[in-house]
Amino acid sequence: MLTVTAVSRSFGDKRVLDEVSFDVRSGRMTGFLGANGSGKTTTMRIVLGVLAAHGGTVRWRDQPVNQQVRQRFGYMPEERGLYPKMKVAEQVTWLGRLHGLDTVKAKANTARLLEQLDLAQRGEDKLEALSLGNQQRVQVAAALVHDPELLILDEPFSGLDPIAVDTVLGVLRERAAGGVPVLFSSHQLAVVERLCDDLVIISGGSIAAQGARDELRAKYGTTRYELVVDGDAGWLRDQPGVRIADLDGPRAVFEPDDREVEQRVLRAALDRGPVRAFTPVVPTLDEIFKEVI
Amino acid sequence: MAGSFGSATRLVAEREIQTFLRSKGFWIGLGVLIAGMFAATILPSVFGGDPDKVAAVGPRAVEVLAGADLDVREVADLTAAEDLVRTEEVEAAVVPDTTGDSVTGVRVVALKDVPNDVVAQLNTAPPVDLLDQAAVSQDVQRLVVMVFSLMFLLFGLGGTAIAQSTVTEKQTRIVEILVATVPVRALLAGKIIGHALLTLGQVVVLAIAAPIALRLGDQQALLSLIAPALGWFVPFLCVGFVLLAAMWAVAGSLVSRQEDLGSTMGVVMLLVMGPYFAVSFLFDNEPVLAVLSYVPFTSAIAMPVRMFAGDAQAWEALVSLGLLAATVVAVVLLASRLFEGSLLRTGGKVALSKAWASVD
Repeated sequence: MLTVTAVSRSFGDKRVLDEVSFDVRSGRMTGFLGANGSGKTTTMRIVLGVLAAHGGTVRWRDQPVNQQVRQRFGYMPEERGLYPKMKVAEQVTWLGRLHGLDTVKAKANTARLLEQLDLAQRGEDKLEALSLGNQQRVQVAAALVHDPELLILDEPFSGLDPIAVDTVLGVLRERAAGGVPVLFSSHQLAVVERLCDDLVIISGGSIAAQGARDELRAKYGTTRYELVVDGDAGWLRDQPGVRIADLDGPRAVFEPDDREVEQRVLRAALDRGPVRAFTPVVPTLDEIFKEVI
Repeated sequence: MAGSFGSATRLVAEREIQTFLRSKGFWIGLGVLIAGMFAATILPSVFGGDPDKVAAVGPRAVEVLAGADLDVREVADLTAAEDLVRTEEVEAAVVPDTTGDSVTGVRVVALKDVPNDVVAQLNTAPPVDLLDQAAVSQDVQRLVVMVFSLMFLLFGLGGTAIAQSTVTEKQTRIVEILVATVPVRALLAGKIIGHALLTLGQVVVLAIAAPIALRLGDQQALLSLIAPALGWFVPFLCVGFVLLAAMWAVAGSLVSRQEDLGSTMGVVMLLVMGPYFAVSFLFDNEPVLAVLSYVPFTSAIAMPVRMFAGDAQAWEALVSLGLLAATVVAVVLLASRLFEGSLLRTGGKVALSKAWASVD
């Protein structure tokens, strides 16, 4: 588990991180959400030691993070970059060795990853000869080649086409399933929604909310129900304890005051005729996000 | 820690060398250098020059010189001939032998150097008297200065590759992955060591090619003259290169784009060109050369030249080399702090003061 405790950082007079604390748990994909400039990248850079913290600690498995520990982390920076004139396979292998693998293992891992990422045919090409999407996949391979103990990915899906997103996702899921904690940032809420087990939401340099995705939904999202009947659903307006969010002929979305109300409404609907649908509407991350920041 | 630092340094050096050995520019540069060396040694003997001017005194001298490809000028007596030699109007004078130990009955008088071109034209080599004999001839010394300062210039400028590779890493942003993985100092050390090895490799190639070129140009004599000087030049060149390499790396780390490199390379360029010009122009001014032979940067050329000319003792060379090495240590320490402070800053050019202050 990665534990970030009370990390602060300023640039000049501007405080960009204010006592940021959160955990990244083993075997879970943790989504790091925040608007542009909210401090996501700064936090990640501090975890990786690329930037120094002005306060607070970063611990990995209850040990302070130092150079040797970091060498076993995998990092995909927001600003992508590899050596443009170096061959793909050679480059990934070299980075593997830089992370401490021996040559044989680095080569084997590279071959396996390029295969998984559909890049096996491009290993002997120079990086600059690849399309941007494919360069991005190489970047993923570079972050994974040394079988990292922890993965930190800054906007791993930006610039990827939908098929590539699925490919990369598959690779990341496999790592998470193997027990590796994965922290990834994104501003594409739909993608995060699909992917993450845990959420950390940062706003203006401090943590606005964190926890398991489903817990956060329950906590911050108002639970709504969608009701579809045969006739007009306008009678719902007169029901006590019900707030109407949307009403359109036979379809209505409402917010009950409590669980009692929700069951009473269902019975009332059945009394009036057939009920075609009665479904809880799960709040989207978008809604949670807007609520907490 | 030492192990991982060492292996990171080795990997960085390995990549620098590999990248370089694969670039066309490297091989073209080395090819041009070798071709230039062959051209410089072979071409003069092919094309030759105007016939050398010689003064002749007495009928015997004229007789000996008959048939030789020389521009002969008859003069009245020995004094007149020596005057012409001293004013360098003629390369040498052929005068009657009064001692009796010359088979041909003539002697050759020259200023500082044995006039090989002239003597070679005569059927039997007469004895040669030099009017102003120095320990090492001026011509050879000039040649040594030229060769050494040119090598210093070439390899010093070769250090731009370090600046370029650093900027490439900043520009492509791979630097962020590198810094997250290995200590920044290992990056710097790897670059310096990698390029120092490349330089040494090129020196070795040139050292192997030089005797071949000189033999082809029929100038073996020169080789035996230069060879002892090389013994001092190689360590000075290598240590001097590390000094420049550290500075090139900082020059590269201060900017974020190749296009901006010119603005930071100027100072380092000056430190490479300065010694080249200083020693090339001032090498016959002994006190100045003595000073230059202790000043780091210029000492890399000046001290080997003085050693070669026999003007300095071995301990002087060791002191100078020690000074140079101490400067290297100081500069590398300074450079690694600046390198660390500026490597992750992107945008415009990083001011040195900011690079220095940002380490916390």
